[in-house]
Amino acid sequence: MRARTSRRKSQVTSPKSKVWTPSFEIGLWDPGRKSRRSGPAPSRRIEQHPILTFENRGSVGFFFEGRAMAGRQGETIAAALAANGVRLFRHAEKTGRPRGFFCAVGKCASCLMVVDGQPNTMVCMEPLREGVKVERQSGRGKLA
Amino acid sequence: MKQTDLAIVGGGPAGLCAAITASRLGAEVVLIDDSDRLGGQLVKQTHKFFGSKRHYCGTRGMDIATTLEQELRALPAEILSGTSVVGLYGGSVSAERRALQETRVQGSTGSGVQVPESQNPRTPEPPNPFRGVLGLASRDRFTKLGFKCLIAATGAAENNVLFQNNDLPGVYGAGAVQTLMNVYGVKPGTRVLMVGSGNIGLIVSYQLIQAGIEVAAVVEALPKIGGYHVHAAKLARLGVPILTSHTVLSAMGKEQVEGAVICRVGKDLKPVARTARKLKVDTICLAVGLTPLSELLWQSGCSMVYVPELGGHVAWHDENMQTSLCHVYLAGDVSGIEEASTAMLEGRVAGAHAAMQVLGPNPDAKRVLTESQAELCAIRKGPFGDKAACGKARLAECAPATGTVPARGLSPKPTL
Ligand SMILES: Cc1cc2nc3c(=O)[nH]c(=O)nc-3n(C[C@H](O)[C@H](O)[C@H](O)COP(=O)(O)OP(=O)(O)OC[C@H]3O[C@@H](n4cnc5c(N)ncnc54)[C@H](O)[C@@H]3O)c2cc1C
Ligand code: FES
Repeated sequence: MRARTSRRKSQVTSPKSKVWTPSFEIGLWDPGRKSRRSGPAPSRRIEQHPILTFENRGSVGFFFEGRAMAGRQGETIAAALAANGVRLFRHAEKTGRPRGFFCAVGKCASCLMVVDGQPNTMVCMEPLREGVKVERQSGRGKLA
Repeated sequence: MKQTDLAIVGGGPAGLCAAITASRLGAEVVLIDDSDRLGGQLVKQTHKFFGSKRHYCGTRGMDIATTLEQELRALPAEILSGTSVVGLYGGSVSAERRALQETRVQGSTGSGVQVPESQNPRTPEPPNPFRGVLGLASRDRFTKLGFKCLIAATGAAENNVLFQNNDLPGVYGAGAVQTLMNVYGVKPGTRVLMVGSGNIGLIVSYQLIQAGIEVAAVVEALPKIGGYHVHAAKLARLGVPILTSHTVLSAMGKEQVEGAVICRVGKDLKPVARTARKLKVDTICLAVGLTPLSELLWQSGCSMVYVPELGGHVAWHDENMQTSLCHVYLAGDVSGIEEASTAMLEGRVAGAHAAMQVLGPNPDAKRVLTESQAELCAIRKGPFGDKAACGKARLAECAPATGTVPARGLSPKPTL
């Protein structure tokens, strides 16, 4: 793996290439980087920002596939799931392929989930409520 | 059923300005937006805007949204946020078209301001006091709203691009990434590949870094960077590689993005053999253009034309932002992808003209109309207005309702 990586690197900077290539190195696939995972998971909330401040208006408890999770007051279910590291929201109807959100503003219907038993809920527009039960949707979903 | 003079769909800069203008002129206005916070695209723009001073240049997008919202809330307009417009009914299409053609013939000698329908002796009064009905869906109910004039200011939706596994969770639109990090303060991932080096791609890359997220690279299929030099320079200073003549070939991973394969492309934009490289990223962010959100306009039955410079299918419209149906207006990105300053001006034009249509001629409205139209012309003549100006010129070339084959590949709307 390493050997291949370095061969590619030499290709990238080959003087023969006519197209502009960067002089700096770009992160090539390197399984060694995985070691970062071993520490505590880094927070998915933005703690520091040069322009914005995100005040925590209170914690909201909810359930994802039966697991208890916490989100924040005033956010959507999709944002709360993303903050908890959940990316797979449903499986597509015909292909069964995994889907997450795509537009996050209620325009693409990629984020349909079962919310309190109600299938096809657009979780990117649905505000998070205390105790709400969120489940992955499979295909079209069934009415409870 | 509830009724109003003017229904405005979309609470972005275009819709807000239309509502402010029309409400100031005395029209009864209902503004409908599907999110809980007004401002459309603006609420997630943390950067200072370009444009002229009069159009909030140097102000952060989110602050412009707040200013406009406060202005509107001080007026008697009704605001329905958290409500989606899901349908448009009523109004006899052919009768409306004929009416507009007649007004056009009559008004063609004059000031460019059309004779309002009620003033036109040849146009029969429509049987209903309101010309159409909107279906509104809020979280718990479905309601109807009758209107005399409609302004569609629905903005635009993000494009996707073809590559293997482009549907994996972790492939996000640039707007989604912005919403997540700038509105909710949640990181979309830890290491991102940005696809597209237009202004949106460059700005969102910079915002990702501000949020503490690594940007592995920006890839751009064309041989040169699409966005402004200032934005590209900021990224370059931070050491983010902007790879021109590169594209994304596939997303790696089974259940979510775990990497991306990028490669060089030739002049024909086809991948060059043996140049594929793997990048370790967990998010692929797409900033590959926008398409006007025209569903409502298609449904209204007005003439639609395909203009690539404007982002796809747009409703044909004149300099008053009036479509081929005289009671249907549009403003902002839905009339062609441009920028916030032109969206605000178009909103003002549409708001003023529609207010005149319901209230009758009015010198104040005429003044707003001509001033805003002149400013729009000036912006489009500026260094960055080329593409939109060209698109709008092509639009003007084709006749709206006559069904003649328009020039240079513009296609009229196929009958639904
Ligand atoms: C990253 C980025 C950076 C930008 N930077 C600049 C800049 O520096 N300067 C500049 O001038 N411009 C900039 N722009 C462009 C500018 O933001 C847009 O051109 C402008 O917001 C368009 O305004 P709009 O009102 O047409 O649409 P939008 O702002 O998109 O608003 C449309 C609104 O309508 C709502 N809506 C749509 N359909 C419905 C429906 N059926 N029912 C109810 N509501 C609906 C939407 O939810 C949305 O709130 C930038 C854009 C982006 C994405
Ligand atoms: S992510 Fe597009 S509709 Fe929810």
